[in-house]
This record gives sequence, structure tokens and C-alpha cells, in this order.
Amino acid sequence: MNLGALSLLDQAVLVLAAMALFSAFALLAQSRLLAAIHVFAWQGALVAAVAALTGAASGDVNLYISAAITFVLKVLLIPWMLHRLVRRLALERQSDPLPYPALTLLAGAAIVVFADWVAAPVAQFEHSATRNVIAISLAIVLLGMLTMVVRRQALAQVLGFMAIENGLFLAAVASTHGMPLVVELGVAFDVLVAMVLFGVFFLQIKDSIDTLDIDRLSQLSASVEQDEATEAQR
Amino acid sequence: MDRFLNLGAALLQPLLLLAAAPLLTGVIRRIKARLQNRRGAPLLTPYRDLRKLIAKEAIVARTASPLFRAAPYVVFAATLLAAAALPVFSTVLPGARIADAIALIGLLGLARFVLVLAGLDAGTPFGGMGASREMLVTTFAEPALLLVIFTLAMTTHTTNLAGMADATLTGATVLRPSYLFALAALLLLGVAECGRIPVDNPSTHLELTMIHEGMLLEYSGRHLALMEWAAQLKLTLFAVLTVDLFLPWGLATRLTTPAVLAAPPLLALKLLLLAALLALSETVLAKMRLFRVPGYLTLAFLLALLGLLSHVILEAAA
Repeated sequence: MNLGALSLLDQAVLVLAAMALFSAFALLAQSRLLAAIHVFAWQGALVAAVAALTGAASGDVNLYISAAITFVLKVLLIPWMLHRLVRRLALERQSDPLPYPALTLLAGAAIVVFADWVAAPVAQFEHSATRNVIAISLAIVLLGMLTMVVRRQALAQVLGFMAIENGLFLAAVASTHGMPLVVELGVAFDVLVAMVLFGVFFLQIKDSIDTLDIDRLSQLSASVEQDEATEAQR
Repeated sequence: MDRFLNLGAALLQPLLLLAAAPLLTGVIRRIKARLQNRRGAPLLTPYRDLRKLIAKEAIVARTASPLFRAAPYVVFAATLLAAAALPVFSTVLPGARIADAIALIGLLGLARFVLVLAGLDAGTPFGGMGASREMLVTTFAEPALLLVIFTLAMTTHTTNLAGMADATLTGATVLRPSYLFALAALLLLGVAECGRIPVDNPSTHLELTMIHEGMLLEYSGRHLALMEWAAQLKLTLFAVLTVDLFLPWGLATRLTTPAVLAAPPLLALKLLLLAALLALSETVLAKMRLFRVPGYLTLAFLLALLGLLSHVILEAAA
């Protein structure tokens, strides 16, 4: 594809989509929870900007509304709720480094190649200038899943989940100029409700086993207490 | 006539780079001092340091082999030869025909290899420590640097640096995500390759942190002068490389008088901007622990890889 033939707005959409992909990697590698929440907010801002620019390029008013909803929800409201949750659970200083950072990042790069390979036949039937963003958004979805797999900290897994939603939104915007507004609103409120439920759920977990490290959930609570007792004895 | 012009361009550009290298170091030190509320040394201090060192007697350790004496000359010559592959003022560059970006990385690799051997040669613990750390940095930095070059080569269809700058100058101006990632990667790598903060601190001789200085610890007199000058040239080389690849506007594409006359001030301006950026980042950042360096370079590698992938996915796809 000849980039020079694209309009400046379309070029900007491509750049922003690529930056959103980088933010997915940053989310994968960031070990500090607060910094990861900021990365997630930036990703939301990038996706919202893609929606707004696509709206400007196509003259579709619905896309401006989607961009506004995304901005309010993913850049302001959800990060704020996560922030409050982190402060309430006293996790500000906790860091959760990846067990194998270089290996995980390479796996992420392999996922990007895989996403490109999978999306290539789909992109063939598209005629919009930004059809290649489908591969990028698929990669963001898969990277969000990878974040959920490799992270032990429950809050970081929630961030991965929210990043999956970001990727889906990006795909919808880039390939079909957005979902119908009803669907859009439904998904947005689903995410918001999920966030509230996660918050309640985390407080429960924290109350019952006193940690958010989900590796601990693979054991029965009695044996966890036993483990802690033996550790205390040492 | 043309032949003389070409020969002049080929000889003049690396020599000018060589002459300007200490000045760039002086400028960076000055800006850094100002940012830290110090007055700072005069801009010409690096030149005076070099003159002083050249006049001094060179003392060589009794245990050192001939390699130790030869190393400064090899390092200096290899770096200067690498500089000859760079378009400084114009893309008309005869030297570029025999040396492309990959040869440039190879020449810098040769310089580093000899430097590491020299660091090991004298048999002092600090030299060995510096050498092993240098190799650690190189192992991560060099593949990433090659990836950056490949990313640009895929867009410009050449590995020749003058050709790359030429292609960017003559082609249409477009926003390329791959260039954005490659630029970020190259900035991170330049800092690591030239041994600046946060990877290495060029102004300290603190045993536990030094990399480049550790290898130079046994050198004195003219040997040390050559090594220092080569390090300054390498820093200038990376700055000019960044400018050539990502901001080539102002380079003369033909050897006409106005174009050639306009090029040096523009280049000086761009180098000044880069120097200010480096000084600012060195003021803001602290040197990181050695074991964090692989993580830093992994980030640079990831950026370079994403540049390559975003070129393939977003720019090259049918």
C-alpha cells in the first residue's frame, strides 16, 4: 500500500493504532500497578483519538459520540475507580514483576506476527484505507489475554481484560467505522458494571485470604493458613 | 573537476566530524552544567584536554602486550572510517559507496572488540570488569541497532546511509509509525552505545559503576587522548546518524554552492537540539543498576521490532 496516497488523517490513524499496540506491550511489561493503570488510561486515550480521527475522516457523527464515551469511561472513570481500589487495598507500592520478561515480550512479538497472518485474509475484503488496523487490534486483544495469563496480581488481570475491550473497539472503529450506537452503549455499560463487580469481588478476596496474588487461590484456604504458619515458624 | 569535488567531499566530511566531536562534548557538558545550576567549563575544554594528553608521556604497564599499544590506533581508525560512511553536509558521498549502514555497525563492532581486548590485556580487575560489562551491553544493543537499520532499509530500499537520507528527502512526506518506533529505539540505543547516563556515566571513576572508563583505566598520554577522541567521535557519529535518518532536511542533495553553504548551520542547529535533549535526560535520570540495563535494552529491541512489524503490517501490506 502506498502510504503517500492516504490522507493525513488516515496516516495519523495508523500512527495512533501503532502506538496503541505499543501501549499493549507496556501494559504487559509494567510491573507497578499504578503505572500500569496510567498505561491503560493512555491506551484508552489513543483508542478514543483513533475513533475521533476516523469520525473526522468519514464525517460520521456517531464516531464522535463513541470517542467521547470511550474517553469518559476508559480514560477518566475506570482508571479513577482502579486508583481508588488500589488505594483502598493499600497496593500502591506493590510490584509484580514478570517471571520471564524477555521471553514474555518475545511471545508478544510472536502474537503480533500471528495476528497479522490471521487478519490478512479478512483485510483483503476490506476497502477502507485503515483496513490493516484490524491486525493491530487483533494483536491488542491477544496481548490483553497474554497479560491475563502471565500476571499473578488480580488487578493487573483486570487491566488485561479491559485492554481486550480496547482492542475490540479499535477493530470495530477501523474496519466498519464503529458499531451501532446501541451496541456501543451496551458494551460500555457492561465494562463499567464489570469494573464495579471486580471492585466488590477484590474486597471480598482481600478480606478472606488477605492477598490479591491469585496463585494463592489454587490452594484451599486451610492449607494456605498452614503454609503461613510454617513460614512463620521458620 | 567533479572528481576533485568528490574527493574533497569524501575527505572533508569525516575530518570535519572529527574536528567537531570535542566541541559537541563540550556543548553537552555546558548545557548539563547550566541545567544543574553550575557555570560549567568553557566550550573548548575538551580540545585543551586532548592537547594536554597528546603532549604527555604514554606509560604502558609492564604486563601489557603489543595489542595494548596498537588498540588506541585501531579504535580511532575504525571509528573514523565509520564516520566516512555518514553523509554530514551532502548526500553526495563517495565513501558511502564502499560502506553502508551494516558496514558502519561492523566497524563500530571492530572498534569495540579491540577496546574490550585492550581492557582485558593489562590484567587489572577493573579492566576486565569494564570489558565484561561492555560485552553485556553490546550483546543486547547490536541486534536492536541492526533491526533499526533494517526497518529503515525496508522503506528506503537501500542500506546505504546517503541513499536512505536521499530517499527520505526526495520522497513524499508521510507519517510513518515504523519511523517513530525506530527513532525511539535509536535514541535509547545511542545512549547505551555511547556510554551515557542511565547506562554508563562518562564523568565518573567510581569502581562499581564504570563501564567505558574501566577499560581505559590503564591508558595514559597520547593513547588515552586517542581513546577519548574516538569516544567523542562515536557520540557525534550517533547524533549525525539520528539526524541523517530521521531529520535529513537541510542536507545538500547536489554539490551546489547555496545548498552546501546552508547545510552546516542547519546541521549545527539539529545537533544542538539533540545535545540539549541528551543533557536534559542526563540531568533528569539517574544511572541505573547494571542488572537493569538488559531490561532497558530489551525495551529498545522491542521498539525496533515493533517498528519492523508495523512497517510490514501497516505500510507494506498490499
